[in-house]
Amino acid sequence: MTMDDNKLTFDKLTSDLTHHIRINKGFLIWMGFLTISLFICLYAYTIQLRTGLGVAGIRDYVTWGMYLANFVFFVAASLIGMLVSAVLGLIGMKWITPITRIAETIAVAFAAVAGLVIVSDMGRPERLAYVFIYGRPQSPILWDVTVITTYFVLSLLLLFLPLIADMAIIHRKVDNLPSWLKPVYKSLSLNFTDNPQQNKIINRSIRILLILLIPAALSIHTVTSWLFAVTSRAGWDSTVFGPYFVSGAFVAGSAAVIIAMFFFRKNYKLQDYLTDVHFNNMGKVLATVSLVYLYFNINEFLVPGYKLKRADAVHLQELFAGKDAILFWLIQVGGLLLPILFMLFRRFRKPLPIMLISVAVLIAAWFKRYLIVVPTQEHPFLPIQHVPQNFMHYSPTLIETLITIAPFIMVLIIITLISKFFPVIPLHDKKKKKGIDHIKFD
Amino acid sequence: MEDINNPHSPNESDNEKGSTRRNFLKNLGLAGVGVATGAAALYSGHIFEAKKNVSGDQRVLLTQDGKLVQVDSLEIKALNKDKEELHESMWRGGIPGKRWVMVTDLSKCRNARKCISACQDAHQLRPEQYHMNTLQMQDAPGTAPYNMPKNCQHCDNPPCVAVCPVDATYKRPDGIVIIENDRCIGCRFCMAACPYSARIFNWIEPKDAAIHEGQDYNAELNVPQKMGTVSKCLFSADRLREGKLPYCVEACPNGVYYFGDENEDAVTNGTTKETVRLSKLLRDNGGYQLMPELGTKPRVYYLPPKNRLFPFEESNDLTPEKA
Repeated sequence: MTMDDNKLTFDKLTSDLTHHIRINKGFLIWMGFLTISLFICLYAYTIQLRTGLGVAGIRDYVTWGMYLANFVFFVAASLIGMLVSAVLGLIGMKWITPITRIAETIAVAFAAVAGLVIVSDMGRPERLAYVFIYGRPQSPILWDVTVITTYFVLSLLLLFLPLIADMAIIHRKVDNLPSWLKPVYKSLSLNFTDNPQQNKIINRSIRILLILLIPAALSIHTVTSWLFAVTSRAGWDSTVFGPYFVSGAFVAGSAAVIIAMFFFRKNYKLQDYLTDVHFNNMGKVLATVSLVYLYFNINEFLVPGYKLKRADAVHLQELFAGKDAILFWLIQVGGLLLPILFMLFRRFRKPLPIMLISVAVLIAAWFKRYLIVVPTQEHPFLPIQHVPQNFMHYSPTLIETLITIAPFIMVLIIITLISKFFPVIPLHDKKKKKGIDHIKFD
Repeated sequence: MEDINNPHSPNESDNEKGSTRRNFLKNLGLAGVGVATGAAALYSGHIFEAKKNVSGDQRVLLTQDGKLVQVDSLEIKALNKDKEELHESMWRGGIPGKRWVMVTDLSKCRNARKCISACQDAHQLRPEQYHMNTLQMQDAPGTAPYNMPKNCQHCDNPPCVAVCPVDATYKRPDGIVIIENDRCIGCRFCMAACPYSARIFNWIEPKDAAIHEGQDYNAELNVPQKMGTVSKCLFSADRLREGKLPYCVEACPNGVYYFGDENEDAVTNGTTKETVRLSKLLRDNGGYQLMPELGTKPRVYYLPPKNRLFPFEESNDLTPEKA
């Protein structure tokens, strides 16, 4: 390659991956919509702050409702950063490189907001600091706080480190940037000049982070599953809850990444970078983790279903044929079995079909958390008597629903901002792959 | 003390027998030494006594670990702790030397629900909020239904205490599981962990919150109740501290409840006020615990619902939620 060719390829690459970094009408409308929606939801939260958790449908028996299901879902979705970057990356899958930043963005967004979701479930949110002041290490909540914070910091670093080189390229080579963004990129680039020494430090740091990320990610969802599994209630009292939750998290996260890939590809015109091959491969990943999840589902329902201990029998009866049966079978068939079947065929792993399948899987994933959290509490060991009708069966309220939607809006805002102001595809990595080894920074 | 302080007494008989000058001088010398010694003894004794600060007024006190000790009243000093610190040590320390235990005789419960109203009055609870609830139970389709009062079992291995992230709920040495609502963050993990559904939550502003505003918080009664915090049965720790039986036990018209101290092996019936041996009561009547297979080690025992002389009346009424 001659120097000129080099320059040409590099310019096209840079422009392809950074042309979306500008404030346009579409972005403003989208952000305006998100912001207004968020404020409506936050207003609902102020009502809850004033009048108490009673504005939600939760009561003394079903004491954990949608907020907690939402929390589990958010922790689950954040796990994907670890699967794509760490697991697939460390075993040497080259095709995942353009997807890593998308996965890390999703991980950071969901992990950051998961903490807020759990605050919305607290009766006394103003006492949040008590968890740190009076924290008791025996409580799984302390473990959860510790590992989620750790995972969030690791994910944030893993998002940031590969960005350093990209920032250096952008602030030197891209001219049509909003003027106020230039100094931001410059300071974020930390004086990176692409010399071998710097690259060595960054690459080594990333590798260490990737290795640390695996136990941290496994911990966050295993510990979250223990919030339930450490109790003796039917439906929660399970020894496979850790891997059951982790495999379920990979399903939700993979689906979220595929959906994000689809929209970035379309909106930011990345067809040359997120190709059918990537969708095909992510489809295979989703099919694989879904099969693992199916395996744990069979364990989780068949074993207690075979014995039918009294409390388990009531619980399973409600799920299989009782009042939760329609939702349960929609989730298991529509969100797990059918997607697996479809994904076995190549034509369903094309961008559009696999995106639609992912949407179904992701919706099912949320309702699956709902079914894990709620029905168990509707039939405790001792009968529910002498209480109002709304204590016996949980039905979410409008305010509760709005407060549950708020975190999704926050995640969308975070993902939108990160993807808008930084290249969605790692630029520096791509440059190397194209054989452009060194571009002189002038 | 008298003899030592009066050095003259042994010498006086000598003076009567002979009054020679030598003897007189000798006696005078001895007396002088005696007086000096006595004075010195008196003086040092006085210093010693002053240091000891004895008033002679002896008081009998009970120490925190349950021992009786005798202390001079001048030795008793007020502890220089602020009220909050004192409360905290009282609430967490429990009532010394006691191991509270409750026995509920299911053969006597006619579902009068007087225990419930007494409890709800004392703890400022709404009608749908139960520290104590009576459940209509039927163990199997063929067995007879019965009424079962159910409160916190004050487990010796409490799952609720294990999961609390902030030490708001804890197990005291006297066996009571307390909830402190000025510490509780409202995560409700304890409610999820409790297999007896014994805990309740203040979902909205507690009953008569405006009336009770400003009232000093007492963890042993858990009033005033606070919005956004958990509440539960406390074995009426405030009453026990006064040497009285719990509210529910006292209110029962049917003699269902026995309450007492496991250390003394004695429980008192709240209705008849008859005190019986705990071990004998449990042995003679087939006492058992609720769901002991969960390993919670409850401090509430039940006597089986046998030989009932009254019919079982179905009354699973719904309490409307009062906003």
